[in-house]
Amino acid sequence: MLKVENINMSYGDLQVLWDVSFEVNEGEIVVLVGANGAGKSSILKTISGLQKVSSGKIKFDNDDLTIIDPAEIIKKGVVHVPEARRLFNEMTVEENLIMGSLHGEAKEKRNETIKKCYDLFPRLKERQKQAAGTLSGGEQQMVAVARGLMSLPKLLMLDEPSLGLAPVLVQDIFDIIKGIRQQGITVLLVEQNVQTTLKFCDRAYVLENGKITLEGTGKDLLNNEHVREAYLGI
Amino acid sequence: MDLFLQSLVSGLLIGGLYAIIGIGMTLIMGVLKIINLAHGQILMVAMYITWVLWHTWGLDPYLSIFITIPLVFVFAEGLSKYLLHPLIEKDSILPENQVLMTVGIGMVLVELARSIFTSDYRSIQTSYTDKSLYIGNISLSLPLVIAFIIAIILTVGLFYLLAKTDLGRSIRATAQDKFSATLMGISAAKITILTYGLGSALDAAAGSLLLPVYYLYPDVGPLFTVKAFVITILGGLGSTVGAIAGGLVLGIAETFGATYISSGYRDATGLVIFLIVLVFFPGGLKRFTKV
Repeated sequence: MLKVENINMSYGDLQVLWDVSFEVNEGEIVVLVGANGAGKSSILKTISGLQKVSSGKIKFDNDDLTIIDPAEIIKKGVVHVPEARRLFNEMTVEENLIMGSLHGEAKEKRNETIKKCYDLFPRLKERQKQAAGTLSGGEQQMVAVARGLMSLPKLLMLDEPSLGLAPVLVQDIFDIIKGIRQQGITVLLVEQNVQTTLKFCDRAYVLENGKITLEGTGKDLLNNEHVREAYLGI
Repeated sequence: MDLFLQSLVSGLLIGGLYAIIGIGMTLIMGVLKIINLAHGQILMVAMYITWVLWHTWGLDPYLSIFITIPLVFVFAEGLSKYLLHPLIEKDSILPENQVLMTVGIGMVLVELARSIFTSDYRSIQTSYTDKSLYIGNISLSLPLVIAFIIAIILTVGLFYLLAKTDLGRSIRATAQDKFSATLMGISAAKITILTYGLGSALDAAAGSLLLPVYYLYPDVGPLFTVKAFVITILGGLGSTVGAIAGGLVLGIAETFGATYISSGYRDATGLVIFLIVLVFFPGGLKRFTKV
């Protein structure tokens, strides 16, 4: 479904991604794990077109995302839920959701999808008229995920959804991600929360200094000597 | 007491026009993150268009908004697309590059107007220019009343656009977070260019509406840029509701200044209020409106 082929990317003179290749198959939950500054978020930004690659291709179905205008990418069925949520803080929860459904089919089914999102996150229904900036961190994360779902994506990319959330909520968010996959949406997840994510993902890639150093199923990586030492501290 | 009420009402009426000038400036500031220092000059362009339409074909200045609004909209989109927008992409020493560009645009517009129309003062006379409505002892200048009503209609229309349509929501979203807006499939470039056009179109409407009660010469441009700037600061930078409050306050302050001090101090009073607000309420009147 998504095939990233040998991408290199730099911020100015500083190269942050080195020959990164990986793929995500339909229906999978794939995780990119790694330390701060390993290039996880940068990979998502290149997929959603916010950063241009210096070489390499990103194929999604039959399109090459590297040559598409960033504002068009959501129309192809790829949506990026950015790090730290980045909601439209002064708009209401409902308006934030509407912003996810500006195009095509998503726009036609807007009301229907909003209802589904409220079923998934009943808290948001209570807060629908409240400005998004006034919500708690966990609620804001729900809005961010729901806003992504509003575009009826084929591939949902989540950048550190557990960031800054209480441990109880972290588990909730991961349960929700599993639920999203059951609806047939493929998930590409970026996480620092290595142990939890490796447990429930299908496959994972380990990123170090802008290079992919390991790949495998979640279970394999959990048992991997290097991963245990470097990320799990065992 | 009558004098007081008279000044208050006149101030409110002119304030309604100032408000749409301020809203235009605020929109541009919100999305482009710049102070549009060509704002008054664009208003001047609209006034000259209105004047030419009236002078040549005798077109009523209020009807001419149907021509000035689209014309100025297209003109401002062009300015934005070819002069302002290319600067966003370029890294430069001065982040204020775009502001400097608006200063340049403003100067060129004033001098162009001067070379075409000379510096002569112009005004227009319509059949209703001197008519007034009376409520008790208070007289309301008919052209200002009409202008005020049109200004309200435009403001309500704009708020509807911003609050209830996808386009308006996209404009607000871009103003709040350009990065997220792009992820939602909003082309920030398109919205930026469009917003400059939209803000200028409101400005143009104010220009056409002002002409029957104002005089016109090229340097009216810089004068209104200052007014627009004052209104926006009074309103608390980036708040459209604040801009309405700012416009009304400036209108009332000027009229009171003209009534109780001297009509020569009309503009000075507005600027004194501006200084007072900057010193005592640096956040502008937004504190009181909370929107």
